[in-house]
Amino acid sequence: MTQSSIPSTATQPQRNPRDPALLPRLMIALVAFLLLWPGLRLSELDLSVLFDREGTQAMGALLEGAWPPAYSPEFLQLLWRSTLETLAIGIAGIALALPPALIAALLATRALSRSALLQRGTPSLPGRAVRGPVRALLVVLRSIPEIVWALLFVRAVGLGPTAGVLAIALTYTGMLGKVYAEIFESVDRRPAEALISAGASRSVAFLYGVLPNAAAEMLSYTVYRWECALRASVVMGFVGAGGLGQQLELSLRMFAGDEVLSILLVFLLLVLLADQLSRLLRERLL
Amino acid sequence: MKEARFPVRMSNLLLLLAISGAVIAAFRYLVIDITTLFDGSGLGQMWGYFTEFLRPDLSPAHLKSLTRAALETLAMSAVGTLLAAGLAATLALPAAGHFGRIPAQLARWLFNLLRAIPELVWAALVVLAAGLGPNAGTLALALHTTGVLGRLFTEALENSPVAAAEAIRCNGGGRTAAFLYGTLPTLWPQWLAYTLYRWENNIRVSSVLGFVGAGGLGQMLYIHLSLFQQAQASTVILTIILLVLAVDSFSLWVRHRYLTAS
Repeated sequence: MTQSSIPSTATQPQRNPRDPALLPRLMIALVAFLLLWPGLRLSELDLSVLFDREGTQAMGALLEGAWPPAYSPEFLQLLWRSTLETLAIGIAGIALALPPALIAALLATRALSRSALLQRGTPSLPGRAVRGPVRALLVVLRSIPEIVWALLFVRAVGLGPTAGVLAIALTYTGMLGKVYAEIFESVDRRPAEALISAGASRSVAFLYGVLPNAAAEMLSYTVYRWECALRASVVMGFVGAGGLGQQLELSLRMFAGDEVLSILLVFLLLVLLADQLSRLLRERLL
Repeated sequence: MKEARFPVRMSNLLLLLAISGAVIAAFRYLVIDITTLFDGSGLGQMWGYFTEFLRPDLSPAHLKSLTRAALETLAMSAVGTLLAAGLAATLALPAAGHFGRIPAQLARWLFNLLRAIPELVWAALVVLAAGLGPNAGTLALALHTTGVLGRLFTEALENSPVAAAEAIRCNGGGRTAAFLYGTLPTLWPQWLAYTLYRWENNIRVSSVLGFVGAGGLGQMLYIHLSLFQQAQASTVILTIILLVLAVDSFSLWVRHRYLTAS
């Protein structure tokens, strides 16, 4: 570029069509490709299966029977029951997760550390010795995906919704506990500080100093997690933890396309409704 | 003041009642009697089962197959996300209304459909067509992620500044040149950020897609649990935890490093 005034750029493209950054870009693309090549091999990517005869036949058989969606009274009754079960798993799972999550959050949070509040420094050593393990436990609980917990519980307590409820309870204890502890730490700490330095006990400091400021955000996050739990409970059914997912897996195995379509439609409706309800509740809360 | 606050409290009370009613109804419906669940024998049995996981199998042969499965999981997530990013970028142009209104509606509808069905359900469907193995998982991830990224890409494209592209058009550049040199330079950092965020999510998902036969760590875990090999399964779970933690802390580090600085 010899000139930088605007009129000259109109004639530039013809004279100098080369992209000055072409070489580095090509190099980056080449390096990315070289890095991804083993990945392509490992993932055994083969798009042709979507178009070859065997694959299309299997999919075709499923799709052919998919319209109209199944609506016989018996099936609808079954569907209604699994939908209720899915809802119940989500609600019961969150309800079971709440108390341990609250306790863990209270144990893990630094917001109520007497030593940190009074000396404006780091919490005392014994305090940290309790908080560390609780935090680690919460990390383990939430880093195992809920469906893995579900599979473990299906082996431990048998097929059915109980496994799903327990799986959600454990995973969401980890998630809620961590977020609650963070919320406690993020609210204004002066009320709790004032209460503790005036000689109040820590439970009083929590109830009157921290909770009033934290409650709305906590409830809002819990409602959001309930929505997630509902979606998760559908997926967990695939390993036998009850609800719509289990029904979906059965119908898929029997190649009953119409039933699959009905279940998917109900699932979409359920997710949509839960989304709306949770948005409504959260708008009210915040 | 008192009269003004009363109606709000009333509705809050009703909400609370409705929620506790729902909770009680849920437990009733599932017939989970907490007492039977946590009585002596049931709890003892569960405890016995879970203590078997405390002796993870660390033999070299098992670790070797574990490494392969972990790499497979990583590869599935990377290739699936990349495929999805390519597809989503291609479809984001019509979805943002660059080719008229009907293609825009069609593309958006497709994104919604792809996104609404969870990855695991896609995997179960794709396994029917593509057979068992990581290929099915990759395709399933790509399908769902195309829906998610498509929507994000479209929104980013719609909100990107148009001045540069218009300047190129006014100076006689073609539509392709306007997009490539006017729009894309401001757009791609955002698209890349979305893609990386989704990749992070997909690593987590791809470690469980194997439950329906779609390869990776999930398939290995499923097989070991089915054979009641708790020691081997325990190592797989540990690997999943490590993978998830590594991805989490890496993305946290990247975010602190690059997002808070700018």
